[in-house]
Amino acid sequence: MMRTLPALLVAASLALSGPAFAQKDPALDARLKRLEEELRCLVCQNQSLADSNAPLAEDLRREVHGLAAQGKNDEEIKQFLVQRYGDFVLYKPPVKSTTWLLWAGPFLLLLGGGAIWIAVLRRRSRNVGTEEGEAPVDSDAAAAGVEKARALLDDPRA
Amino acid sequence: MKSLRLLIPLAVFVVLVVFLWVGLSRDPREVPSPLIGKPAPVFTLPQLHEPGAKLSTADMKGQVWLLNVWASWCVSCRVEHPLLVELAKANVVPLIGLNYKDRNELGKAWLAQHGDPYRLSIVDADGRVGIDWGVYGVPETFVVDKQGIIRYKQIGPITTEALQQKILPLIRELQKA
Repeated sequence: MMRTLPALLVAASLALSGPAFAQKDPALDARLKRLEEELRCLVCQNQSLADSNAPLAEDLRREVHGLAAQGKNDEEIKQFLVQRYGDFVLYKPPVKSTTWLLWAGPFLLLLGGGAIWIAVLRRRSRNVGTEEGEAPVDSDAAAAGVEKARALLDDPRA
Repeated sequence: MKSLRLLIPLAVFVVLVVFLWVGLSRDPREVPSPLIGKPAPVFTLPQLHEPGAKLSTADMKGQVWLLNVWASWCVSCRVEHPLLVELAKANVVPLIGLNYKDRNELGKAWLAQHGDPYRLSIVDADGRVGIDWGVYGVPETFVVDKQGIIRYKQIGPITTEALQQKILPLIRELQKA
């Protein structure tokens, strides 16, 4: 009995879930799942529509499925939500006048950083340029030092 | 020249601090509604106390009105409710309640217990009209002008401050127009 009960339960659940599986369209489900992962749940804002269990997320998923059943494409479904909740529902914000800094910012920072890096490299190579492998030398001070050493060596009192 | 160059990191730091200050002091739960300045989404819904009768957005044309989204299960609705009752007593603006995803008998019992400030309440049992209005956190309150354009949205409970500084002045201005 202890052995057969789990087996019976599995068989029963398979028998019950069979027709439900047959009705579903796996391609559509996969597409909507992907779409819902790009949409933000407004109640628990760090969760996507696909992940959230909030009642509003459930309603919005139902709405998304309804729109898809009407033959609306992903872009039209997104527009439906943006018209009601604003760009905030999209995890990937659209490029427009208020968001260009957001999109271009990282590249601008990269360019600025690159420019500074090149400038530093140039200056360093100019200083090192005179004698390869040696630390930059202040030639006037060096000449003065040599002069002083010679004077000391030549000094008869030394 | 040299000292000016030393100021660059300080300037970058100050700009960063200003951005973070502004950014972090905002409430992320307040998502600006794209519906402000746009025509109010159309609905025709049954009334809570007279299910046979309906109210549609067209019925409210020609007057400034408030739509307050509420529910008996909504805890913060209790916070703003005394203010709404006061507002109704002052009789400055028609207040329509949208009973959002609630059961009729629970909604009616809630109004009987806490007082009914609404000219009438309409029933949005499945929340579909709520979605059209971009409702995501009850309570929410919309100010709609005579032409049926949404002019303001209060997300979360109405506060005395918001009522006196924003909502009432706006209503007076819209009523003159």
